[in-house]
Amino acid sequence: MSEPIIKFDKVVKRFGSVTVLNELDFSVSPGEKVTIIGPSGSGKSTVLRILMTLESINDGVVWVDGEPLWHEERGGKLQAASEKHMHRMREKLGMVFQQFNLFPHMTVRRNLTEAPIRVLKLSKKEARERADRLLEMVGLQDQADKYPHQLSGGQQQRVGIARACAMRPRIMLFDEPTSALDPELVGEVLNVIRNLAEEHDLTMLLVTHEMQFARQISDRVCFFDRGRICEEGPPSELFSEPKEARTKEFLRAVVDPDSAKGEKQASAEG
Amino acid sequence: MLFGIHWDTSSDLAFAASILPILLRGMVITIEATVLGFFIALVLGLVLAVLKAAPTRIVSWPALVVTEFVRDTPLLVQLFFLYYVLPEYGIVLPAFLTGALALGVQYSAYTSEVYRAGLEAVNRGQHEAARALNLTTTRTFTHIVLPQAVPRVIPALGNYLVSIMKDVPVLSVVTVLEMLNVAKIIGDRTFNYMIPLSMVGGLYLILTILASAGVRYLDLKLPKIGIPLK
Ligand SMILES: Nc1ncnc2c1ncn2[C@@H]1O[C@H](COP(=O)(O)OP(=O)(O)OP(=O)(O)O)[C@@H](O)[C@H]1O
Ligand SMILES: [Mg+2]
Repeated sequence: MSEPIIKFDKVVKRFGSVTVLNELDFSVSPGEKVTIIGPSGSGKSTVLRILMTLESINDGVVWVDGEPLWHEERGGKLQAASEKHMHRMREKLGMVFQQFNLFPHMTVRRNLTEAPIRVLKLSKKEARERADRLLEMVGLQDQADKYPHQLSGGQQQRVGIARACAMRPRIMLFDEPTSALDPELVGEVLNVIRNLAEEHDLTMLLVTHEMQFARQISDRVCFFDRGRICEEGPPSELFSEPKEARTKEFLRAVVDPDSAKGEKQASAEG
Repeated sequence: MLFGIHWDTSSDLAFAASILPILLRGMVITIEATVLGFFIALVLGLVLAVLKAAPTRIVSWPALVVTEFVRDTPLLVQLFFLYYVLPEYGIVLPAFLTGALALGVQYSAYTSEVYRAGLEAVNRGQHEAARALNLTTTRTFTHIVLPQAVPRVIPALGNYLVSIMKDVPVLSVVTVLEMLNVAKIIGDRTFNYMIPLSMVGGLYLILTILASAGVRYLDLKLPKIGIPLK
């Protein structure tokens, strides 16, 4: 196996007196598609948020692409990273949020071109072309001049995915991308993610409750419990023959008829 | 006679008609002081709001103290301070500028609170999305957060515009010839206070109604979600 592109080395995260991640060890290979499942409050979002530098860590080291994310090596020692270092590291990552977090005062196209122009220094023309290609990819080429509030939730989330892709990250983080959607809109978003997952080089980290979907697209599923990985393995094994009692209990609780329905719709539309 | 304009005391109506141009001269000063004071309050208030939101206490504390101090002392005290104390340190400003500055400083304490509430009302997810897209803090503030905060604060800021206008007569104590001062001088000289003062009341009413309507128009015109850029 090649060098991991993401590596959590004994990472500790506390909120006040609550320890959310307890010496977490976790790594992901380049191009790997990993799904994180687990009960509410188990630290799934926290893992993604730490990677996106939205949340700092209390102890341990997070490595991304061979470099520490929250530290810089100075004089042979790891020290707290400067904003410049994190800015450079963030270029490797993109994130899709549960609540979309589109910029409501900008058109769809402007949502997609703002950062490429400002951060990647693309020309307006290049950024526009890139945006239009991505909108086509997510099936929204006709919506470029609309504002986010004029779109359905599913369309907004597809814009969210396109916006993250516009920065060409090597790692994509999805934090429950379909949890805020009406059931009938879940399929269209999953289809877009499924297409992305076919890109060989893209590393994907997905937190989701769509077990059926996780089974289809992931190389590996990690079951989080109380800030640690309780069990992990290929989806065929973890879903069919979970070993840990906690995993079995969790899977039994989340087997809901909705996920099967979402799937049928997804394949019907796609 | 005032501003070279004579008044006609032959009848009440003639008197009112003859002093109207004089009062309007005062009204221009009132409007100018309002606009300048409001402008100072808008800019200074935003600066204070940003400083108060700063992550380090060294920056946020002085801003909080200044706001609290300004808010808890009467406008008249600040005005006297600027008018009588600053010249002792070699800073001599015309009465009008001193007055507008006092109004602006006083109201910046209020506008900074309005801005702060507006900035805090912008969803945390907006900051996070901007960060995930690697936008700089400055760019995030000026192009993501501020455009969403401004439409929310316009009604509240508009109310302060009207308040400032109604506070302009305070400037008469440092000799600014705003509308009320003009009316008082006319009264002093003609022994008729009733007509000029009533007219000032009426003119104020018109100004206030116009300003409020303007603010409401602006509020309706701006999309609630934010000011689209370009
Ligand atoms: N900013 C914060 N301040 C305090 N506690 C927090 C904060 N963010 C998260 N937590 C706590 O950390 C724990 C883990 O949160 P996290 O969001 O990672 O859970 P999760 O696995 O994503 O859960 P969910 O499925 O509900 O999204 C929770 O107990 C949560 O209450
Ligand atoms: Mg979560």
